[in-house]
Amino acid sequence: MQKKEKILKAKGKALMGTFLPHLKGTAEFETVVMPSVAEVILPFSQHIGAPAKPVVEEGQQVFVGTLVAEADGFVSAPVHSSVSGTVKKVNKDSVVIESDGNMTPDESLAPFEVNTPQDLAEAASKCGLVGLGGAGFPTKVKLSIKEGTVIDTLIINAAECEPYITSDYRECMENYDDVINGIYLIKDVLNIPNAIICVESNKEAAIKKLYEIATDVRDTDDSVKLMRLQSKYPQGAEKVIIYSATGRKVPAGKLPSDVGCIVMNITSIATLYRFIKTGMPLVQKRITVDGTAVSDPKNVIVPIGTPIKEVLSFVGVDDDYSEIIMGGPMMGVDVVSAEAPIEKRNNAITVMKNALPETTTACIRCGRCANTCPMKLYPAKVDSAISFSLYDNLNSLNVNYCMECGCCSYVCPAKRPLTQTMRLAKSILRRKK
Amino acid sequence: MSKILNVSSSPHLRHSDTTQGIMLDVVIALVPAAIFGCVVFGWRAALVLAVCIASCFIFEFLWNIILKKQQSAFDLSAIVTGLLLGMNLPSTIPLWMAVVGSFVAIVIVKQLFGGIGHNFANPAMTARIVLMVSFPVAMTSYIEPFTVDAVSSATPLAALYGDAASAVTVKDAFFGIQGGCIGETSAFLLIIGGLYLVLRRVINPIIPVCFIGTVALASLIAGQNVGLCVLSGGLMLGAIYMATDYTTSPTTNLGKAIFGICCGLITFIIRNFGALPEGVSYSILLMNILTPYINRLTTRKPFGYVKVKEGK
Repeated sequence: MQKKEKILKAKGKALMGTFLPHLKGTAEFETVVMPSVAEVILPFSQHIGAPAKPVVEEGQQVFVGTLVAEADGFVSAPVHSSVSGTVKKVNKDSVVIESDGNMTPDESLAPFEVNTPQDLAEAASKCGLVGLGGAGFPTKVKLSIKEGTVIDTLIINAAECEPYITSDYRECMENYDDVINGIYLIKDVLNIPNAIICVESNKEAAIKKLYEIATDVRDTDDSVKLMRLQSKYPQGAEKVIIYSATGRKVPAGKLPSDVGCIVMNITSIATLYRFIKTGMPLVQKRITVDGTAVSDPKNVIVPIGTPIKEVLSFVGVDDDYSEIIMGGPMMGVDVVSAEAPIEKRNNAITVMKNALPETTTACIRCGRCANTCPMKLYPAKVDSAISFSLYDNLNSLNVNYCMECGCCSYVCPAKRPLTQTMRLAKSILRRKK
Repeated sequence: MSKILNVSSSPHLRHSDTTQGIMLDVVIALVPAAIFGCVVFGWRAALVLAVCIASCFIFEFLWNIILKKQQSAFDLSAIVTGLLLGMNLPSTIPLWMAVVGSFVAIVIVKQLFGGIGHNFANPAMTARIVLMVSFPVAMTSYIEPFTVDAVSSATPLAALYGDAASAVTVKDAFFGIQGGCIGETSAFLLIIGGLYLVLRRVINPIIPVCFIGTVALASLIAGQNVGLCVLSGGLMLGAIYMATDYTTSPTTNLGKAIFGICCGLITFIIRNFGALPEGVSYSILLMNILTPYINRLTTRKPFGYVKVKEGK
């Protein structure tokens, strides 16, 4: 009965990248909902772009889904309360809300009517949706397609190439209906002829599940396809996945829409559909809590703004942890304090036990960094240019193409911090301008 | 609870390979052929190897102490250099010459240019060339397998390209029953070691395959005994273990292919038209010097490259 030909193979040449340990130990565990928290901290800047502007006052009563800060400009996203209670404090960069423990939803929330592409962008904006794969780019901007741009492919990014993280996988296993309805809605409203759902080959169960989408009755003209990608990091990076799915290369400084593609994370699609169906904006997030210091890892649904330490004490971490990473171990950012809140763009909290070894040797010029770089750069040459202060060379080494995926540092046998050096090189170039 | 957290730049995962681990892999790959050399050429061969390894290690160790540098002797790269150098010497060589070779390799070729990763030529191979030029008689006094007398005999290679008839069969050459340097005789064990390195992803097979393939093809066209051309002399040792030296070979796959093919051609030309019987080390040295230019020629354009107008 299965139409096997609907599972496509990647179009582009094999990704350079690197094979990482998958460490997806939480994949088959049902997501746990975290009980209500006493207090949430909602930062105004949980996305790329201008921080949101607060619209609430101290002492004001808010409900789940109440707008607390509005988008400030085009590239920005609003923030909604994730609990019901009172506004305790409005800081310069965040709002603190004390929960009453009831989680009462805001009564004014209503389903959203979507008929035109403008409606869809409006819905993404009202929802406060940002790219949930980790980048945090406001979805409204992505869906506001310029006049005259032809989009022929919707790429649904379910690659989830970072180790440990399984939150997108759980989304597609548990909220399958939202995913499938979301895909068809976006495809129909934007009138995109093709949709490709991209999954890494290490998620066989998800491939089986998503295969049903590709063979759904609504797909009358056979336009939704499933693609099995090599389980290689960084398969889920935007430019990489476009190349894998369509064979098109996004030129430097251009957007996916310039090559006729829109890439959306699978959880973003499901979240957008839920907002349109119920009117409830993005107020909670499924995150994977895993890492070497987590003995009982799991996926938890937490209200956005929950302090990380609350999540950690709910899941339970070993006492000797030394590092908390917001996101996965490859591109995640270390937090300075466990008081920091969960943000919209978080899809994981990785807690590690041991610090990385500090001893580095001189570069032995094995060339592994260059042969793993998905952007085909030469990190070792940048490293040497920086150490000799040859800053004029940085431009010709194209350091601005670097997407900081971390492959070069990962493979380096001399344990040189190459990704950090690439960041340094980029900031040197910025300052020179 | 205010715990001081560790904060570092991503990525927070690292591959388990280390510089030391890679060097250890090379040693592991070389050891079977080295032991075989000791079996064939006797205890004197073992002594030469030991002297080379020890002196390379001591030179590296002392250099770092005298110049107050970070101690790099324990990254095993000096051990690899010593082992390779020893395997490139005949078992009859006076021990002081082996020490001179180690000095050239570690101090002159490696450390004077900045240590590991900065040398422009392979240290062990350059040391072999220096010894060859300085002490040609001692460097070519090969003994027959399983004999103890230092009776110098023509190598199969010299016989192949000279007038003397070779008594060595392809089978003998493959398994290493032939005269020559300590470590270069057994093509079989060298290839096994090379496969180990390829499987461990320490070396890329492009250079050895192109190098050996080019020599084989050229001798086939010239109508020579392909088996003996490929299996005797220093070709296996040079192509698998010296031409693949990270520092002195090109980075990209295309660059590696060019490097390997050119090495093969130069080897063939020297063997046939040069005054020397063996050309492997000279061809690698020449290509080492050309490596920066090959690297520049084969620089890849980044993914999605857009040309930037000059003068901005």
